[in-house]
Amino acid sequence: MSEKIIKEVGEINKEYNYFNEIPKDLEEHLVKGKLSGYFVSIKDCIVVKDMESRAGSKILSGYKPVFDAGVAEKIKKEGGIIIGKTAQDEFGFGSFSKNVGVDMKIPLNPFDRERCCGGSSGGSAGITQKALFKHISIAESTGGSIVCPASFCGVYGLCPTYGLVSRYGLMDYANSLDKIGPMAKNVEDIALALSVIAGYDERDSTSVKRDKEDYSQYLKRDIKGMKIGLIKEAFGEGVDEEVKKKINEKVKELEEKGAKVEEVSLPLNAKYSLAAYYIIAMSEASTNLAKFCGMRYGKHEKLEGGFNEYFSKVRSANFGVEAKRRIIIGTFARMSGFRDAYYIKSLKVRTKLIEEYKKMFERFDVLISPTMPVIAPKFSEIEKMTPLENYMMDILTVGPNLAGLPHMNIPVGFKEKMPIGLMVIGNHFDEGKLFQIGKELKR
Amino acid sequence: MEITKDVVKKVAQVARLRLTGNEVNKFTAELKEILDAFSKIDEVDTENTKMSIQPVEVKNALREDKVGECLSVEDALKNTEHKKDNYFKGPRAI
Repeated sequence: MSEKIIKEVGEINKEYNYFNEIPKDLEEHLVKGKLSGYFVSIKDCIVVKDMESRAGSKILSGYKPVFDAGVAEKIKKEGGIIIGKTAQDEFGFGSFSKNVGVDMKIPLNPFDRERCCGGSSGGSAGITQKALFKHISIAESTGGSIVCPASFCGVYGLCPTYGLVSRYGLMDYANSLDKIGPMAKNVEDIALALSVIAGYDERDSTSVKRDKEDYSQYLKRDIKGMKIGLIKEAFGEGVDEEVKKKINEKVKELEEKGAKVEEVSLPLNAKYSLAAYYIIAMSEASTNLAKFCGMRYGKHEKLEGGFNEYFSKVRSANFGVEAKRRIIIGTFARMSGFRDAYYIKSLKVRTKLIEEYKKMFERFDVLISPTMPVIAPKFSEIEKMTPLENYMMDILTVGPNLAGLPHMNIPVGFKEKMPIGLMVIGNHFDEGKLFQIGKELKR
Repeated sequence: MEITKDVVKKVAQVARLRLTGNEVNKFTAELKEILDAFSKIDEVDTENTKMSIQPVEVKNALREDKVGECLSVEDALKNTEHKKDNYFKGPRAI
């Protein structure tokens, strides 16, 4: 069975570039568990023992971790078989999986190879759509990197509450924003995967102590009386008309099934979440990337010159353009004289943005918006975008990420044969309600 | 403060990145545009507002004070090309 799967994955990879690493032999586990019979792909930035893990970056070439990430441990323990490390924007720096590391391949959209997969967990979304075997992907989101590619590739993708899933063994992009979450072809598998990977881990100091939940139980509940807030600003200028139409149709369906829908406004988030998010993300990224210097693991160069010369040589040759750009901006935003105006200010703005969401959840069970303002763009269109225009694509997803709120992409239809995604956002630790909505839209 | 080529070069040096002339030109222009757009957050009144270092408050993240296993020397050195006598070998310090 495993041999057949490796062959199948290899064939898909030749055409679509969804994997940075596929093991030669699959490690079959004798353990029987909740994931027996499932093949699991894992984003490149999450370490798997003895499997080359590069976070999509050349600077980590050759790095074979000597330990498993918390989530990888749990998957193996429940009988899941890991089939490889999925392609991504280098360290998660992108919305199209086009910013792959130096000499690495860009994953292509499963519906149209001239279009992107979305990012940064592009490989995870692509293989989830293409796999004909029982498959779950473990992805990661900092500012939208799970729901964006899930939307562009037409699959389910859940970014859980910050702290619900252990980040132990995740190569950090931005510690206060990173969340690990599953992608799958159906909501049942998402609930199953979350039940396996959620839970306290003392090795991650931001992991939250909570009782384990079986999320599958929410799939049996209906949505009668559930209060839904439809985010007004997410239907404004720059959002594709067909995307708006499709989301409205689906919201109507939910209304017919007993939910109460009301339009809501989140003006602070609409205006300021993007700037606050990027300043915090880049500031944290620039400190996290300081450790990559060609000494203990990853890409090494010939040892010559002093510390600074050697480190600069390794880093300059092996980081891609977007990584350099974010290191420069993040370092600048933390430098004395600017720190208060950018980094500290953003952390305060973040408090205001969280408060705005929290107020909404006093009145509503969930909030809904399109996941992405558009369908997956063509590579030729992406080429023409400036870095700032690139960042602006995340306008709908950065809010819930900044506030650490759980959010899920639900595939709801197509435009020109390309998938459209609906995003449902819940209060902290209210993942269950997202599953109720997901299940209802499928009925 | 105005973003000039010299500022970009200085920041790059702090971040241990050697940029080419082209990269310096490109990043200077982009940084101006990006930081200008991000400065929008100045409009938000944050007087008396606390910082949110994390989105979900985590209190007392302390583990039990007991001896556990740690990485073996062999494992720690497994991924390096530069080692000598069970130590990492780094570039010249002085």
